Amino acid sequence: MKGNCNDSTCCETTATARPVEAPRTFRPNVDVVEYADKFVLTADLPGATHESIELNFEGGVLALKASVTPRTPGNTNQVYREYAVGDYQRQFRLGDDVNPEAIGAEFANGVLTLTVPKREAAQARRIEVQAR
Amino acid sequence: MLLARRIPMTFDVFHTDIDRMFDRVMQGFGLPRGEHPFPALNLWQDGEQLMIEAELPGLKLEDIEIGIEGEELTLKGRREVVSAEGANVLRQERFTGEFVRKLTLPIPVNAEKATATLRDGILTITLPKADHARVRRIPVQTRG
Repeated sequence: MKGNCNDSTCCETTATARPVEAPRTFRPNVDVVEYADKFVLTADLPGATHESIELNFEGGVLALKASVTPRTPGNTNQVYREYAVGDYQRQFRLGDDVNPEAIGAEFANGVLTLTVPKREAAQARRIEVQAR
Repeated sequence: MLLARRIPMTFDVFHTDIDRMFDRVMQGFGLPRGEHPFPALNLWQDGEQLMIEAELPGLKLEDIEIGIEGEELTLKGRREVVSAEGANVLRQERFTGEFVRKLTLPIPVNAEKATATLRDGILTITLPKADHARVRRIPVQTRG
């Protein structure tokens, strides 16, 4: 965290002399909800765009990656920091009872929603009890 | 074997490495894991203005109340979870519910000229500095 400074010459010097930070990768926060016929994964990816998201499914593992461009505004001096900006990466091992061919992905307002349908055979079925 | 069926879906290959890295980053700010406030904030300034950035994925600008009183900035809002009946929550890491964050601004600002944008879950508030807080360049004359 850099100190607060109101002197323009000092701020400009700090901005040009700022060391280039090594790119970081973060693990996004994810909710996983199971429905009768599907799983829904919701991932917070603030700063990502739909073009920057890469989803791959291989060997039963669903890999999520999103690149994020650093956003330090212009010639400014950071006065307070609670989070760092970097790419997102996370992997999920899916069970055999899902249909990877039919995974749906939507991105809106920095939130990625993945719909992972279950295979027919894996869906819970209600068995009607007949009265005699 | 109901329990076993629930676990494979939420198995994280990258869990430990990234968690360790995250803990290290957060330690630098004196915020133990699990106790960091929502939303997290970053602040920048130049000679003319103060810029505040907050990560608010899933929200729209109209869902967020931004207030400036004197040198205190307040961010208020609510993030809802979509949940359906009969659904089984296997993992919940995302923040939900109401949030209020207050921040004492490091310098006086002109609150009437504040602007805010929200794009891809990133809220950016631009606050022009109050006239008396702006940086003025004083030209230094040389005498020959």
